[in-house]
Amino acid sequence: MLSQEEKAEIDKELSHVPTKQAACLGALKIVQAHRDGWVTDEGLLDVAEYLDMSPDELDSVATFYNLIFRRPVGRHKIFICDSVSCWITGYKEILEHLHKQLGIRPGETTPDNKFTLLPIPCLGICDHAPAFIIDETTYVDLTPDKVEDILKEYD
Amino acid sequence: MTDTGMETPLTKNIRDDRTPMTIDEYERAGGYQAVRKALSDMSPKDVQSLVKEANLKGRGGAGFNTGMKWGFVPMGDDAPQPKYLVANADEMEPGTFKDRLLMEGDPHSLIEGMICAAYAIGASVSYIFIRWAYHLSAGRLRKAIAEAYEKGYLGKNILGSGFNLDMYVHVSAGRYMCGEETGLLNAMEGKRATPRAKPPFPQASGLWGKPTIVQNVETLCNVQHIINNGADWFRGLSKTDDGGTKIYGVSGRVNRPGAWELPMGTTAREIIEEHAGGMKDGYRFRGMLPGGASTDFMIDEHLDVPMDYGEIMKIGSRLGTGTIIILDDRTCPVGMLENLEHFFAQESCGWCTPCRDGLPWTEKLLHAIEEGEGEPADLDRLEAHCTWLGPGNTFCALAPGAVEPLQSGLKYFRDDFERHIKDKKCPWR
Ligand SMILES: Cc1cc2nc3c(=O)[nH]c(=O)nc-3n(C[C@H](O)[C@H](O)[C@H](O)COP(=O)(O)O)c2cc1C
Ligand code: SF4
Repeated sequence: MLSQEEKAEIDKELSHVPTKQAACLGALKIVQAHRDGWVTDEGLLDVAEYLDMSPDELDSVATFYNLIFRRPVGRHKIFICDSVSCWITGYKEILEHLHKQLGIRPGETTPDNKFTLLPIPCLGICDHAPAFIIDETTYVDLTPDKVEDILKEYD
Repeated sequence: MTDTGMETPLTKNIRDDRTPMTIDEYERAGGYQAVRKALSDMSPKDVQSLVKEANLKGRGGAGFNTGMKWGFVPMGDDAPQPKYLVANADEMEPGTFKDRLLMEGDPHSLIEGMICAAYAIGASVSYIFIRWAYHLSAGRLRKAIAEAYEKGYLGKNILGSGFNLDMYVHVSAGRYMCGEETGLLNAMEGKRATPRAKPPFPQASGLWGKPTIVQNVETLCNVQHIINNGADWFRGLSKTDDGGTKIYGVSGRVNRPGAWELPMGTTAREIIEEHAGGMKDGYRFRGMLPGGASTDFMIDEHLDVPMDYGEIMKIGSRLGTGTIIILDDRTCPVGMLENLEHFFAQESCGWCTPCRDGLPWTEKLLHAIEEGEGEPADLDRLEAHCTWLGPGNTFCALAPGAVEPLQSGLKYFRDDFERHIKDKKCPWR
């Protein structure tokens, strides 16, 4: 069941679009934010019912997008840019360093559930490559030393 | 900030640290004058004609005349309502970061351009479709929109003109195809971002079946300046036939990667050497993608070609987004292409077979060559893909764009490909 809070947020999305379906991605993001960062089958069914969509149709939409998570994720998500400008300026070195420090490869979560590492296409910060985003914070001009300090900020 | 701003209308308000102007500061700098002028002195058709005459070409990559595009929107009392305007702020083309500069640095400029454009086509609802990664831009835009409502530039009966416009920020759930204009419409409707068949064109039947214009952020930011200063002034900003200035950018191994507003038609040599500070010590220029991942390579001999829509086309590439990605001599061109085709293969929406199956195949072939497991016939296979995935064989422009760097890479860096195959290893490792 959707919580009152989730419903209120979804209703706000619904207020500026003419169909219920148009709010579905917003609704999935809301549910994901309230429920450990990912959309469970139950969460999907809740949204489908509220927006009068079939669960299958909603799942086909949910799985199309990069930022709707249908599998468990850690408390913090590291979105590392794997596109061309970062690749040229040292993406692989940063990726290796993350592996050394956290023991995870792209798509994996640390055993303490702290970080999930996710490769993501170009973040639009190519003039300060290589770059990654943790949750909603952008880090640029990365070097292995910098990465070490950045990771310390999270718990 | 420059002295007068007349030569750099898009960036004149942008501070070095990109802290945006408040609405009061923006108004003091001449902001929202174009909205006043358009709404009181001009008809929607007047705005359309003026923008058409200015030859403002779409800055999202395709380069279509903006005023002409607006001309296809049904006007008058019996036109379907509501009509929609969408600012395309998806900016997921690898190597592209120009719209972010405009939105972070001067959010009111996009809003003012959108109000003028919405007036020109009679739209009453507008959305800014922005990629998720641009948290800072989205926040600044939301704040600026609230300020504009408060001052009466948005909402009902704007400045007493009888014109109504609402504006919302819509944050994407992420996928390159959301930037394709009809994929974007499907994404906004809560569907998979696959493209739609054209016709009908969005101008006639777009969002929820209503007339819709989708326009790139940089395109929209020009509109108010054309209204304020006229079509001749705008065309005069350019060094070539395509009107206006352009936000050019450079990424890769240069001394000062960044983005700059320069006259349309500035050469790559000037952009790279004067503005980006030239190549970093120890790196030599080998080639460049002139406007994002889906444009053909240019090499040394093309550095003096004016970077505009028409001139670059003549040498077999495209201006695209105008943000240059540099290939240096210490970077393997085969590896770079493998990275590019990985992106395109991953972001293909899967709607049509040649793209869905062909792009992963090119990635595999490039991977094999890069790992020293390629064979000479692989080059023919790659060439064949460039033909099969070229214009006319797929539903949207993703696949043709994907093979642009590949076909030109095969042409200009042939020796490097052959060396990988002959030596059975990547010479850069
Ligand atoms: C795969 C793909 C992705 C695109 N991504 C963008 C984008 O992120 N931003 C953009 O403005 N145009 C993008 N375009 C171009 C749009 O389809 C469309 O031409 C453009 O938004 C129109 O605006 P303009 O005329 O102002 O350039 C993309 C096209 C394709 C085929
Ligand atoms: S060309 Fe590719 S991205 Fe475009 S519709 Fe076909 S499968 Fe989808």
